Amino acid sequence: MTADRIPGRVVVVGSSVGGIRTGQALRAAGHTGEVVLVGAEDVAPYDKPPLSKQVLVGDQSAGDIPLLGPGGWAGDGLTPVLGRAAARLDPVGKQVILSDGEPVAYDAVVLATGAHPRSIPAPEGSLVRTVRELRDSEAIRAQFSRGGPVVVVGSGFIGAEVASSARQLGLEVTIVEALPEPFARALGSEVAARIGRLHADAGVSVLGSAAVARVESLADGTGVVHLADGRRLPAATVVVGIGVVPATRWLEDSGLDLDRGVLTDEYCRASGAPDVYAVGDVARWFDVRSGEHRLVEHWTNAVEQANLVAHNLLHPDELRPHVKAPYFWSDQHGLKIQMVGRIHPDDRVSFLRCTTSAGEKDVALYSRDGGFSAAVVLGWPRAVVACRQAWERGEDLAQVTGRLSALATAATPVPVG
Amino acid sequence: MQIKADVGKCQGYGNCVDLDPEHFDLDDDGLVVLLRTSVDEAELEKSGAAVRSCPVQAVWLADHDG
Ligand SMILES: Cc1cc2nc3c(=O)[nH]c(=O)nc-3n(C[C@H](O)[C@H](O)[C@H](O)COP(=O)(O)OP(=O)(O)OC[C@H]3O[C@@H](n4cnc5c(N)ncnc54)[C@H](O)[C@@H]3O)c2cc1C
Ligand code: SF4
Repeated sequence: MTADRIPGRVVVVGSSVGGIRTGQALRAAGHTGEVVLVGAEDVAPYDKPPLSKQVLVGDQSAGDIPLLGPGGWAGDGLTPVLGRAAARLDPVGKQVILSDGEPVAYDAVVLATGAHPRSIPAPEGSLVRTVRELRDSEAIRAQFSRGGPVVVVGSGFIGAEVASSARQLGLEVTIVEALPEPFARALGSEVAARIGRLHADAGVSVLGSAAVARVESLADGTGVVHLADGRRLPAATVVVGIGVVPATRWLEDSGLDLDRGVLTDEYCRASGAPDVYAVGDVARWFDVRSGEHRLVEHWTNAVEQANLVAHNLLHPDELRPHVKAPYFWSDQHGLKIQMVGRIHPDDRVSFLRCTTSAGEKDVALYSRDGGFSAAVVLGWPRAVVACRQAWERGEDLAQVTGRLSALATAATPVPVG
Repeated sequence: MQIKADVGKCQGYGNCVDLDPEHFDLDDDGLVVLLRTSVDEAELEKSGAAVRSCPVQAVWLADHDG
């Protein structure tokens, strides 16, 4: 019988989007046992994407970005254990040990501890910051309100969004990127050139081949960013966006298989111990399509895996694999940048300009031998829906182009760059 | 249940459409369009997942009069 294989008490570790959505999905699917949410932060669960966007510019604050429903913890049927981090997982005794030593017993546990931001060696004080938690964003906002200049280290999405927000506030902003081509690591050269123009037009100074040697702090609280080539950039705030590290340190002696994340199978079941699942930024899941383990650090991935794990916990005989198209959005200087799929370094990139009732829209299509790898859509969400469906069905470049042409009144290839 | 939408909040992230294309669509401006608002018992899992996948809570489920 499956009934006795369905866990009674589910403990979810991490109270951000992956964790909260797992709990909510369990309830929505009719789970009647207790669902305990363990969270290191002692604040009401909030959403992260606005932290580099609306919260930084002051359009939203903590109360505007809740993850729980209007009825709060009770309304969602979840039991919070906040303000103490999980310090250890004991899969044999089936318990999570909190930082003060208290054990929390589980029948099944879902790991949703996300990731911690990487930083650079920094002087003491508040000059150099990363943005991952609400308090980071609030502190940067307070600092921005005292004026610029702002130096952003790293041209990834979070850095690019922080730069956009700082410009929106009228601050002088420089992005420094160690690699020669800013924005290219995730997007490739062709689309990176477009994004570079977007930032230049908005008044952001973007420097490539600009590695930071050190940050010097001055007596007045401001500082100087010294680049490896000797250039010096004054800064009132330095925001570092150079990637994240999955939060697995607390699992090191758990016996789970860890490799830059918690390794799981395609059903998000952790390898190395029974009844342990992982979702979101901490999970490196087995991707059936590519035959490799993947970690996707995007909001929608965390929510999709939360739904999946809730289903798999309650339906052990009808397990669903994680096969959704990787997808994320980023908002920069008023443009919505949306990406679907997975870029390979040797992809060919072509641009399609589509005429729609809302104006001309550009889509960058990435392909290899006619196969469709990925799309970057600039300001045309409708096309994103089509690209996600096409990717999941394994359609080729011609089919995707056909879908986009059908959405537009005209579609013409445009020169790359 | 009924699906409700606040189009003013919608950011065109498209997650609702991806999970439940029978109820949700996007227009050319990237704003959510409800193709149908009533959700029956059999559709609840899909529509519920779609609603929870909206990053800005622009769509939600309510009782018929809610
Ligand atoms: C500023 C910012 C902007 C972003 N913008 C976008 C965007 O535009 N589009 C997009 O697709 N994605 C975006 N993302 C990424 C997206 O927010 C993440 O993919 C998502 O938050 C991952 O959710 P998660 O629950 O897996 O992990 P996290 O959100 O990292 O949450 C992990 C939680 O676990 C807690 N925790 C960690 N260790 C422990 C422990 N030992 N015990 C208990 N609790 C613990 C943490 O405190 C945290 O609350 C952005 C992220 C940031 C930081
Ligand atoms: S998921 Fe939300 S933001 Fe995205 S299209 Fe649907 S309603 Fe709009």
